[in-house]
Amino acid sequence: MSVMRFREAVRAAMIEEMERDSRVYLIGEEVGHYQGAYKVSEGMLERFGEKRVIDTPITESGFTGISIGAAMVGLRPIVEYMTWNFSAVAFDQILNNAAKLRQMSGGQLHVPIVFRAPNGSAKQVGSQHSHSMEHFYAHVPGLKVLAPATPADAKGLLKAAIRDDDPVLYMESETLYGVKGEVPEDPDFVLPMGVANVAREGTDVTIVSWSRMVHVSLEAANALEKEGISAEVIDLRSLRPLDEESLVRSVHKTHRAIVAHEGWPYGGVGAEVADRIQRLAFDDLDAPILRVTTRDVPMPYNAKLEQYVIPQAPRIVEAAKKVLYRA
Amino acid sequence: MSELRAPTGGRDAQSDASKSEIPPDLGLYRVLRDDGSVDPTTDPLMPEALVMRAYREMKRLRLLDARMILLQRQGRVGFYGACTGQEATPIGTALALQKDDWVFPGLRESVMMLVRGFPLSKYIAQIFGNSGDVLKGRQMPSHMSGRDVNYVSWGSCIGTQLPHAVGAAWAAKLQKKSGVVVGFMGDGATSEPDFHNAINFAGVFRVPCVLMCQNNHWAISVPAARQTASPTFAIKGRAYGVPSLRIDGNDVLAVYGAVSKAAARARDGLGPTFIECLTYRIGAHSTSDDPTRYRSQDEVDGWMKKDPVGRLRRHLVHRGLLDDARDQALEKELNAEIVAAVAEVESLPPPARETLFDDVYGAMPWHIAEQRDELLRGPEAPAHGGAGH
Ligand SMILES: Cc1ncc(C[n+]2csc(CCOP(=O)(O)OP(=O)(O)O)c2C)c(N)n1
Repeated sequence: MSVMRFREAVRAAMIEEMERDSRVYLIGEEVGHYQGAYKVSEGMLERFGEKRVIDTPITESGFTGISIGAAMVGLRPIVEYMTWNFSAVAFDQILNNAAKLRQMSGGQLHVPIVFRAPNGSAKQVGSQHSHSMEHFYAHVPGLKVLAPATPADAKGLLKAAIRDDDPVLYMESETLYGVKGEVPEDPDFVLPMGVANVAREGTDVTIVSWSRMVHVSLEAANALEKEGISAEVIDLRSLRPLDEESLVRSVHKTHRAIVAHEGWPYGGVGAEVADRIQRLAFDDLDAPILRVTTRDVPMPYNAKLEQYVIPQAPRIVEAAKKVLYRA
Repeated sequence: MSELRAPTGGRDAQSDASKSEIPPDLGLYRVLRDDGSVDPTTDPLMPEALVMRAYREMKRLRLLDARMILLQRQGRVGFYGACTGQEATPIGTALALQKDDWVFPGLRESVMMLVRGFPLSKYIAQIFGNSGDVLKGRQMPSHMSGRDVNYVSWGSCIGTQLPHAVGAAWAAKLQKKSGVVVGFMGDGATSEPDFHNAINFAGVFRVPCVLMCQNNHWAISVPAARQTASPTFAIKGRAYGVPSLRIDGNDVLAVYGAVSKAAARARDGLGPTFIECLTYRIGAHSTSDDPTRYRSQDEVDGWMKKDPVGRLRRHLVHRGLLDDARDQALEKELNAEIVAAVAEVESLPPPARETLFDDVYGAMPWHIAEQRDELLRGPEAPAHGGAGH
């Protein structure tokens, strides 16, 4: 074990996998000479050279499409966007090509590729830079979507993504990059996709979350504990595939559930989670499932207004009390 | 554009050597010489009062950018993208346009709002994003807009404003309106599909627009040579059948001359023009950038010698329109204007929280009204450290 920041864990996963497999390369804007827009790829250009750490023109659809082509014939690209927001201009390549080539070719082709970038709100970057894109992508069959919350999970899941033979979208967060945690050093430390983690055990209410919001949920759980409420926090880590068993197991114990995530409520992954719980654990539920999400408006710029829109711990606490009928 | 001379060839040639066998998309149209004199063969004969106005605007922008970057460092402003070193291009363009023309900018042209008559204090309120801001605290600084001055907020995804510019110009043509539309981009933006979409439609539909590329040599850390294998950016227009030229973007007379001609062509129904303005970003890409990571101070120093404000100052001195004393007095006056405008709006409160739910749709649907009511039942957000309280 060693203590690492989230960004270092992401880097370590890329470096180990690039050393293990010469077909893996990193491509994107600012990944090389700039050392990464958020210093995730610091030192990697020096280590692997310009053929494997590749700075590109500003053409997301271009370097996404090129990498999908390269993946079809044997390379294993890691495509970095400066933020997931900018993947919007490469959406067609991801949706219509990466996700569908295996199916459309009758299984003859496949696209072993990882797309990764920071996701969700940052600080005061306005409506066009604050999207939670996991909701859009998790909708798509053919794609896998990961959203780790801790450095260890960041490393183990990214390694799994790089070794996977299907397209995997990997969500980071600008506000998580500095978070520290213990990370296994074993070069074969690979976590399975589709397995949630119980971030905190509890008995009264289940809070389901992922990525940065796991930390906010833990903060809410601590506040709830002071009021005598024991909250269990489930960190999904993987949004597609989704770990139904862990959800059912937890709700079986607590009988109440909240989903806390960034991004809009309408048709989001939180709605999917609520569907699974009501369908698979209906008899266990003592209250409707509530969601705490980014409010259903575009993100404002003003710092104070932004705080009203991004989901905060007090809103999770309030929702927990509601499902416990203690509001 | 054959009447626009392209005096020299080669990527960065800056001499006066004539003449015009070199096509304008490979040449460099230039008016101001290094000693402050003008090349009489290319001089657009900009009226004296307008040249003085250009100087005042360029100088004010230089001071305003410096002030805003200072406020950002002090945590009073959230983000800022400065125009330092590139002032001649947006200002020369703005001065060549008319009131009913439209501007679809990129990151570095906000000043055109001011030149087109938007009040400075309201402009600074947009940078604070507080209740004095006509955008209601919704949009990032340097992504401003003002309907009164036909200036449209650009998209954070690079290049998306360019098809809008062409579409607006096309609509003006269909509606037989007189306005010309100017769309802006950086060199990096020419790599995005929307640049190609825009210029292709501009050519095919022969719309009254001018597309301006500010080639400031860098797209964050990516040099222009890594953006394209073409010898110039202007030459890209040729493939789309759009008359294109390359000009000295640090020469406000050249910018004014080239845009005036291009806008006149558009007004006369002769279609679009693509103009590459050769310039240099002296400062950081934005307040989130550290340019020492990717470029040398020598390179920056070389371009400081071609600083557009300094070049225009030399020209005005040469013409006897400016001396040190007048220049210093002007600087003092402009700084006082900026300080007063900041003081007027900085302490305004944030927009009321219920405004968050306005303008998502034309008419507020019930589910948004419900969220608003829920928010209003809750406590006020606590004070915190972010800019734009
Ligand atoms: C689609 C998209 N990709 C990446 C970015 C991040 N980004 C912001 S500005 C910029 C560089 C733009 O360079 P250029 O077009 O040359 O304009 P300049 O900033 O130099 O004026 C990049 C890559 C973005 N805003 N949008």
